[in-house]
Amino acid sequence: MADILEEVTGSEYKYGFTSDIEMDTAPIGLNESIIRFISEKKNEPAWMLEYRLKAYSKWLTMKEPKHWPHVSYPEIDFQNIIYYAAPKLKKELASLDEVDPELLKTFEKLGISLEEQKRLTGVQSNIAVDAVIDSVSVKTTFKETLAEKGIIFCSFSEAVQEHPELVRKYMGTVVPYTDNFYAALNSAVFTDGSFCYIPKGVRCPMELSTYFRINASGTGQFERTLIIADEGAYVSYLEGCTAPMRDENQLHAAVVEIIAHKNAEVKYSTVQNWYPGDKDGKGGIYNFVTKRGICLEDNSKISWTQVETGSAVTWKYPSVILKGNNSVGEFYSVAVTNHHQQADTGTKMIHIGRNTRSTIVSKGISAGLSNNSYRGLVKIHKGAKNARNFSQCDSLLMGDKCGAHTFPYIEIKDQSAIVEHEATTSKIGEDQLFYCKQRGIDTEKAIALIVNGYCKEVFNQLPMEFAVEAQKLLAVSLEGSVG
Amino acid sequence: MISIKNLHASIDGKEILKGFNLEVNAGEVHAIMGPNGSGKSTLASVLAGREDYEVTDGKVVFNNKDLLEMSPEDRAREGLFLAFQYPVEIPGVSNINFLKTAITEIRQYKGLPPLEAKDFLKLVKDKQAMVELQGSLANRSVNEGFSGGEKKRNEIFQMAMLEPSLAILDETDSGLDIDALRIVAGGVNKLRSSNRSFIVITHYQRLLDYIVPDFVHVMYNGQIVKTGTKELALELESKGYDWIKKETEQAI
Ligand SMILES: Nc1ncnc2c1ncn2[C@@H]1O[C@H](COP(=O)(O)OP(=O)(O)OP(=O)(O)O)[C@@H](O)[C@H]1O
Ligand SMILES: [Mg+2]
Repeated sequence: MADILEEVTGSEYKYGFTSDIEMDTAPIGLNESIIRFISEKKNEPAWMLEYRLKAYSKWLTMKEPKHWPHVSYPEIDFQNIIYYAAPKLKKELASLDEVDPELLKTFEKLGISLEEQKRLTGVQSNIAVDAVIDSVSVKTTFKETLAEKGIIFCSFSEAVQEHPELVRKYMGTVVPYTDNFYAALNSAVFTDGSFCYIPKGVRCPMELSTYFRINASGTGQFERTLIIADEGAYVSYLEGCTAPMRDENQLHAAVVEIIAHKNAEVKYSTVQNWYPGDKDGKGGIYNFVTKRGICLEDNSKISWTQVETGSAVTWKYPSVILKGNNSVGEFYSVAVTNHHQQADTGTKMIHIGRNTRSTIVSKGISAGLSNNSYRGLVKIHKGAKNARNFSQCDSLLMGDKCGAHTFPYIEIKDQSAIVEHEATTSKIGEDQLFYCKQRGIDTEKAIALIVNGYCKEVFNQLPMEFAVEAQKLLAVSLEGSVG
Repeated sequence: MISIKNLHASIDGKEILKGFNLEVNAGEVHAIMGPNGSGKSTLASVLAGREDYEVTDGKVVFNNKDLLEMSPEDRAREGLFLAFQYPVEIPGVSNINFLKTAITEIRQYKGLPPLEAKDFLKLVKDKQAMVELQGSLANRSVNEGFSGGEKKRNEIFQMAMLEPSLAILDETDSGLDIDALRIVAGGVNKLRSSNRSFIVITHYQRLLDYIVPDFVHVMYNGQIVKTGTKELALELESKGYDWIKKETEQAI
């Protein structure tokens, strides 16, 4: 078995190319003038700059959370990061022809053909894409089609310009800049991201999708996503991430906020495939992300589905605050770690309203020398009558040098609550593998089959195209990992 | 079909197969009986290519190819099928998906394109009927939550789907109720043909009433110590193994 391990661990990270795109960058380091620089570059209104500066002074007083997460990495030098890097765009782009051809090539390689997207209009299965490269949103497709329904889907910077009232009303209401170290940093220096507003009673007719790509070297990526589903609205939102292979570690610290009004539903799916570093643990993305949604009013629903295969270090807890009565929160997660990757991920379900329900399904897969932790909090506030939670945390180990850990926290302040927690740890068995081989299926395919079976409940939650991509990704991430 | 000569195999340094010889021609059914621990399952595992066993001597030729040189998956693709004594559960993977993957792999090995969906489904339907397997079992995860008997029937279903040239059934009859035994044996009989052979490992003469073998072998201490016809099985049923053990020991 060890031979197979040796043989295939060299499998390449497919998205590890870099692109030669002309970049506009800020000087290295972080101080007030850098923040002013960013704000000015983006031509922001005064309130936005103020918000950034407040966040920055708060951040200065905060400490990096290095103790409680089950991860370890060298000190990050926050003065050695470039906080703004944008593809140099010649003035306003009138058409796609004016986009840097290198940039278009980048997207082709990522499998997002913006030109293609533009041609097809309004067909059901289509996906509207907002592409964010390094710090700037480059192109949003299908904007016109969506606008007909009153849906706003644009870059965050554009939203600040065009819909300041919405941004001011909602930004920071779910993840305040005081929330944590990385949220504060993001609030100070975020450069772009996606903004989405679905008006009252509208079901968004297509999947909305953002592709995040870190390209420039020495940069951090700090994007912000804000999604608002007004009364009775529905949207399914997809997020994909890739980065080039580099020897250094790059920082990614995003904030995602979701607001669901009365009877609204938001489904947020992520396939995170940031560069995980090489097999010796060199390079890779540090992914410190704050994602949170609030079911603000009655009968609303927020559902997070994530497939995490990338990043050297991941620190991420997509959460739901269940404020409205009868609101529903869901978290479906597959987190894969191989080689030297470390992941500390999970969720928080905060029950405040009556008859609120939450479901947590977490599938961790660890291989190589990696460490994979589930950390979850289920909190039932006083007065959250008849709250229910079901949690299932499974760990799958491949080989005997990796680690799987589960840290479930439960706080119940209302006696009517019903909280169930199930956990299992298993190993991919030699017996299972041999059984598959005896039927003519080789080791790699057998592992993919077994792992996909193990993750089925989560993959079932993903939109079709994404589920297929996720399955392939998983197979690649785990190549040669059975020892 | 398969020719096994002087096969020696050990596990964790302990020799289990000690010079095993067997010739199986196309179309023949050979039954192997023998006391617990005599090495029957070990033989099946070694032929199927389980890596835990070390083959220390001997030669196995399967369809004119050196079997011991091949990976387990290639042995399967060449037409060797093992119905496991203890079939494994694979949660979340449907039987259908599992078999589709297996058939696609086997076909690819033979340079054939994957089966069209409708042809595959027709095959499933036909074979399901052949082994009287309930439709719901085919759609469930591989062996997950199956009863002991259902698992065995599922092995026969898989065999019917994969159409091997040599099938080794390791105690497929144990744990089956009378009806299931009849159905499983019926499935095997339907699959019997002039170009397909069977090695049937069993403890019970009863099975051989349904699947009439061409030869019955008794395995003891890693070797075949006696060979006969169906009547030998009857004799074993009434007399047990002691006389054979004695005969063997005297011969040494
Ligand atoms: N890892 C091991 N180390 C040592 N001995 C082993 C090991 N695995 C199997 N054996 C031994 O090999 C011998 C043959 O086992 P095998 O399963 O082939 O017998 P069998 O004929 O199939 O028996 P049964 O009729 O009970 O199924 C047994 O004595 C068993 O204890
Ligand atoms: Mg046995």
